[in-house]
Amino acid sequence: MELVRSHVLICGGTGCTSSGSEVLHEEFDEMLVKYGLDKEVKVIKTGCFGLCALGPVVVVYPEGAFYSRVKKEDVEEIVQEHLLKGRIVKRLVYDETVEQNDIKSLNDVNFYKKQQRVALRNCGVINPENIEEYIAVDGYQALGKVLTEMTPEEVIDTVKKSGLRGRGGGGFPTGTKWDFARKSVNEQKYVCCNADEGDPGAFMDRSVLEGDPHSVLEAMAIAGYAIGANQGYIYIRAEYPIAVRRLQIAIDQAKEYGLLGKNIFDTGFDFDIELRLGAGAFVCGEETALMTSIEGHRGEPRPRPPFPAVKGLWEKPTILNNVETYANIPVIFNKGADWFASIGTEKSKGTKVFALGGKINNTGLVEIPMGTTLREIVEEIGGGVPNGKKFKAAQTGGPSGGCIPASLIDTPIDYDSLISIGSMMGSGGLIVMDEDNCMVDIAKFFLEFTVDESCGKCTPCRIGTKRLLEILDKITKGQGTLEDIDRLEALCYHIKNASLCGLGQTAPNPVLSTLRYFRDEYEAHVVEKRCPAGVCKALLSYVIDPEKCKGCSACSRKCPVGAISGEIKKPFVIDTTKCIKCGVCMETCKFGAVVKK
Amino acid sequence: MKSLAELQALKQKAIENVNLRKDREDGVRVVVGMATCGIAAGARPVMTSFLEEIGKRNLNNVAVEQTGCIGLCRLEPIVEVYAPGQDKVTYVKMTPDKVARVVAEHIVNGQPVAEYTIGAAGM
Repeated sequence: MELVRSHVLICGGTGCTSSGSEVLHEEFDEMLVKYGLDKEVKVIKTGCFGLCALGPVVVVYPEGAFYSRVKKEDVEEIVQEHLLKGRIVKRLVYDETVEQNDIKSLNDVNFYKKQQRVALRNCGVINPENIEEYIAVDGYQALGKVLTEMTPEEVIDTVKKSGLRGRGGGGFPTGTKWDFARKSVNEQKYVCCNADEGDPGAFMDRSVLEGDPHSVLEAMAIAGYAIGANQGYIYIRAEYPIAVRRLQIAIDQAKEYGLLGKNIFDTGFDFDIELRLGAGAFVCGEETALMTSIEGHRGEPRPRPPFPAVKGLWEKPTILNNVETYANIPVIFNKGADWFASIGTEKSKGTKVFALGGKINNTGLVEIPMGTTLREIVEEIGGGVPNGKKFKAAQTGGPSGGCIPASLIDTPIDYDSLISIGSMMGSGGLIVMDEDNCMVDIAKFFLEFTVDESCGKCTPCRIGTKRLLEILDKITKGQGTLEDIDRLEALCYHIKNASLCGLGQTAPNPVLSTLRYFRDEYEAHVVEKRCPAGVCKALLSYVIDPEKCKGCSACSRKCPVGAISGEIKKPFVIDTTKCIKCGVCMETCKFGAVVKK
Repeated sequence: MKSLAELQALKQKAIENVNLRKDREDGVRVVVGMATCGIAAGARPVMTSFLEEIGKRNLNNVAVEQTGCIGLCRLEPIVEVYAPGQDKVTYVKMTPDKVARVVAEHIVNGQPVAEYTIGAAGM
């Protein structure tokens, strides 16, 4: 047996890869050879640890030392001090884990304390490119148990009992969906996985696929057995190259081990999975458009009913679940439906993964039990808003979701509470905004996205969203009227009610929810011609406070259009007719004399 | 894969590879002093012997760790064994030959090898 006494885990998620974790891997290999430790220390590339803001992340076991922001130059020190001499390099360890003379366990750190990793259970623990590591952490046990000991009905009952609901955003009960597909009679059925994660800022599914691809494959095979299908498709965006590669490796390994393919566990059950790469259209995350795209057509939605469980892919009964939904399935069978149902709230069971971004200290991936409040996520797990700014709102659900204002920060996060306050769970993007964010501008940002991504098949969405954007644009330019706000609102409801698919039906949500909670900001734009957050360029002007200006001329030298003039040691002035509002003068001034109005 | 038993067997084999990565509270910790004094006195062969012995016996619940100078340089190589529910036991002047007995008697059977301990060295 190999004499391995220590494991060096290097995060190989997209976040840490882009901050340079691959170089670290090579450097560790080289340094371990240099110090003669290559036989006793193993370097493993894992999936995402969640603290992407501190990447690249390296964890050394058995001590569990969590090194953050590791650079190539630091590797030799870690090898020499920690791995050779057993002294943890405190300088490089994540600050929060250092306690006087001791290193705290990662689980006691604020970022992880309130988290419960179910879907992400293996991310950052195993090597995703090695099926044996997945097997070592109970991988494929659930599939074995299901195939050899349970009937398809029992499988569906277990999923129903667990209370699992779709994690892609809709929140439809997974067991019920499977049941519909099981009851559709047809010799050919399909199991599909939606890995077309398109919300701006969301990367939960990518992290699961990169860190634990086998859990999704195992769950799809279980679903296949439950509904009577023997073919699965994973529809994944081509923009996720690491996830695509690891999924393909995982599929190949599973086939090699006989965990996919013919006659699995000698039960006569066959199941195969293929990848289909999406070309990056947001609408292809909608279930019917996704299946149309798999069939080889242009990704456009089709009317429902018939629902996919009756007529889906190639008009055969099909179930489509999201990556995170599947990632929960094996645990439900290993630990039991009751265990799963004990987590979360009455109607929302289990946990939810969120991609935390925007104005927040700990940008990254968090998994929390349903019912955790937004305050706990922002203030405790997320470490609060940076630079002493005030929390203004959080946006969930991306272009389909809405805003949660600061006044509702104690709302528990679950499907029903979010809908009741005009937002939605969505797939799990959570963008934090502070006082410097203009809510009209945010709504405009999401509308620009939906206008770009509308497939054009139905008129309300194609033309309606365009008109919404035009009105928003008018308002942010200070040309709006109060009637425009009313028209904006009315148009939102028309689009919601008349659009063909989820994209159009939810596209007005960012507008509606900002109108609901921040109507005063809209009114400030049209009545006072003022942007309270100082974002909308057309409505603001830069001026120099003559009291504070020392007349140093620094701003006038930096101004790209020569709009600032004055005499040395006397207050300078900005010519507003020339000013392009780039803000350079404000950044340059050491005395805080330049102000936005 | 033909049966659950086959999967179990593969799991048992594979578990050694990931076992190190758990936050352990119940397992035994073997801590070897690996400062300059320890290394000079021969701590490295002692540590590798522990790894070999533990590997041979397939003990999944034992972690071998390193630490810095314990402060008794003249008694190096020093090895401390932390077993759950027991006081820490400090072994001094360890050699690779002594390792097998410590693993068999102390780690497996819970009986510290008194004659190798710091008490026996007259401290």
